[in-house]
Amino acid sequence: MAIEQEQLAKQKFEKKQSNEIIMQANQIKKYFPIKGGIFKHTVGHIKAVDDISLSIIKGETLGLVGESGSGKSTLGRVLLRLLEPTEGEVLFEGTDISHLNNRKLRKYRKDMQIVFQDPFASLNSKMSVGELIEEPLLVQTSATKSERKQKSIELLEKVGLRANDRAKYPHEFSGGQRQRISIARALALNPKFIICDEPVSALDVSIQAQVLNLMADLQEEFNLTYLFIAHDLSVVKHISDRVAVMYLGRIAELAPKKLLYSNPLHPYTKALLSSVPSTNVREKREKIKLSGDLPSPANPPSGCAFRTRCPMVHDRCGTERPELNEVENGHYVACHLFD
Amino acid sequence: MTGNPLLEVTGLKTYFYLEDNLVARAVDGVDFTINEGETLAIVGESGSGKSITSLSIMQLVNRPGKIIEGTISLEDDDLLKKSSKQMTKIRGNEIAMIFQEPMTALNPVYTIGNQIIETIKKHKNLSKPAARERAIELLKLVGFPRAKEVMDEYPHQLSGGMRQRAMIAMAISCDPKLLIADEPSTALDVTIQAQVLDLLMEMKERLNMSILLITHDLGVVAEYADRVLVMYGGQIVEETEVESIFEDTKHPYTIGLLNSLPSLDKDVERLGAIKGSVPPAHSFPKGCRFADRCPHAMDQCRESNPELLSIAPNHKVRCYLYEQGGRSNGNRTRTTSKTKI
Ligand SMILES: Nc1ncnc2c1ncn2[C@@H]1O[C@H](COP(=O)(O)OP(=O)(O)OP(=O)(O)O)[C@@H](O)[C@H]1O
Ligand SMILES: Nc1ncnc2c1ncn2[C@@H]1O[C@H](COP(=O)(O)OP(=O)(O)OP(=O)(O)O)[C@@H](O)[C@H]1O
Ligand code: SF4
Ligand code: SF4
Ligand SMILES: [Mg+2]
Ligand SMILES: [Mg+2]
Repeated sequence: MAIEQEQLAKQKFEKKQSNEIIMQANQIKKYFPIKGGIFKHTVGHIKAVDDISLSIIKGETLGLVGESGSGKSTLGRVLLRLLEPTEGEVLFEGTDISHLNNRKLRKYRKDMQIVFQDPFASLNSKMSVGELIEEPLLVQTSATKSERKQKSIELLEKVGLRANDRAKYPHEFSGGQRQRISIARALALNPKFIICDEPVSALDVSIQAQVLNLMADLQEEFNLTYLFIAHDLSVVKHISDRVAVMYLGRIAELAPKKLLYSNPLHPYTKALLSSVPSTNVREKREKIKLSGDLPSPANPPSGCAFRTRCPMVHDRCGTERPELNEVENGHYVACHLFD
Repeated sequence: MTGNPLLEVTGLKTYFYLEDNLVARAVDGVDFTINEGETLAIVGESGSGKSITSLSIMQLVNRPGKIIEGTISLEDDDLLKKSSKQMTKIRGNEIAMIFQEPMTALNPVYTIGNQIIETIKKHKNLSKPAARERAIELLKLVGFPRAKEVMDEYPHQLSGGMRQRAMIAMAISCDPKLLIADEPSTALDVTIQAQVLDLLMEMKERLNMSILLITHDLGVVAEYADRVLVMYGGQIVEETEVESIFEDTKHPYTIGLLNSLPSLDKDVERLGAIKGSVPPAHSFPKGCRFADRCPHAMDQCRESNPELLSIAPNHKVRCYLYEQGGRSNGNRTRTTSKTKI
């Protein structure tokens, strides 16, 4: 039984490992100007994303974790070209989309969607559920009214709602149901790639589980690729194939989930995993305590960005920025301990 | 480790009187005790009545909400009989509270130092310089090495974790007997969350306080609580010691909650979600409030609401499965019913 399950899981994983890259980010930087003084000159920059390269494999879920302000949402927005990168390029299925104009981007927009954390804020409260789901079809396709209706009914049923929910408005739904509506809307144009930016963070655990199960089902059915942003490490472990850990605009560690959770190498990942409160009342994890708070991304520490809180800090960390190096198969770490 | 009863709540009902003659039964018959030196956790989904229970204890429930029944006694002294002036003294001096979002409690236009000094002066007969000394001491205690500078900073200059620590300093400034912490770490990242909660526990030991810890993170419960109340639909559905809530889980809702939880310690292919969602407080079903979502619901469950009954020493459950004549003899623990949920 257990063996069967393991084989099944392995097959599934291998199926996902097509190794076909759907999205590739090369040396992405996104700096936001800080204005100051009476003339509102630019007095500095928030380095929200500071030189990140990664690739996302077709059909996989890449989890993205990190503290608040570490740049997760900004990276997501740059990948979808909702923001233009300050430097670097984003290849979607081989095409550089990072500097296309809006008209040229349109062709790619329908392949890439985003689902946000707050289902209360992200849905226009004046539109009915039917209108919300059909809007992307109206804007992006030439589908007729009856085709749009048909499609929205189909989508509602897919996400576990009912056809007659079309006539209702967002406020008539609970948080979990609203998140289902956002997902249906994101699916309307048959996208290939979806960024899920904290899609379950605002939900209660019992509802969170419903939505996570739904997302896993939809991924399998439609062969979707997810970038799943969250700061709950257990949720990310559950849903992801690979996981990237961000710290202050950079990637500290990236690995297949099994490796990352069983053998974390970066001192920040270690501290992060050790801090998650465990429901195991018998065996307590030993917590690695970090002193201090996240430094400001306007003025990140020189060398390794983590050095102000790192228990393993040494001379080199202040002067040299560690590169993200592959230390074992598919396991990347940016830390001088592993150069 | 834990001593005599400190706070006893019996039959507490707090209702909200809404438009169209709707009544939201936010807290609907809640009984519990917090002992001296104990950390009691309340868990439950959004809207289950956790915050209104704690606001009722502080008598900070605003219209259209009202405490309509029950007693709340602090060391045998009924707080519901106090005048509002007496309650103002009790808040801060005997019972203090910290909130999820410290910005709701910190005033953005005053410095951190000013706010702590004001709190101290309101409750303790200290001169301004003495109160200032005490405030600096408190800030050091909650982990600000540069306490003197932080005194002159404004809340927006601090990070989320620092604000929460400043809140804790303010809350403990008058040596309360009971500290109510409503989701004190929910808005924080895990490494900072651990810092804040560890600090809270350290303060508890040092000052010999009791803590009422409200959270919906069961991991936090496992790490920090001595005892747990599980709330659903304005009522307690299970109450027991922290070990048995995880290892001898009884109520179908608690079982469902634990099965919904992804965990770092185990891998599951699918999470055991609970179907449906929480009924709104103005239209609870007639019978058991969990019946529509419960995989074990019986006819009886739809007719009347079960009582919260003791099924073992220190273990209370509100569910017909565990009542005499119910379907089960009390063996329906988490392990046996896991497969069904
Ligand atoms: N439009 C913007 N203008 C200026 N600064 C911004 C902008 N968007 C984000 N930032 C800053 O960039 C940094 C990274 O923000 P981002 O929202 O990407 O973080 P995050 O990892 O998603 O955090 P969270 O977990 O809180 O959502 C933060 O310091 C933030 O204040
Ligand atoms: N100001 C209000 N007006 C009307 N009803 C209210 C008000 N505040 C609370 N309620 C009702 O009381 C119920 C309990 O609310 P409470 O804030 O105690 O929930 P909670 O368990 O703290 O939830 P959360 O986890 O979201 O903080 C709610 O379902 C709501 O129906
Ligand atoms: S490079 Fe140095 S400071 Fe950075 S994580 Fe490694 S040991 Fe710590
Ligand atoms: S009383 Fe009935 S419906 Fe309620 S929890 Fe128990 S078995 Fe389920
Ligand atoms: Mg974000
Ligand atoms: Mg609350």
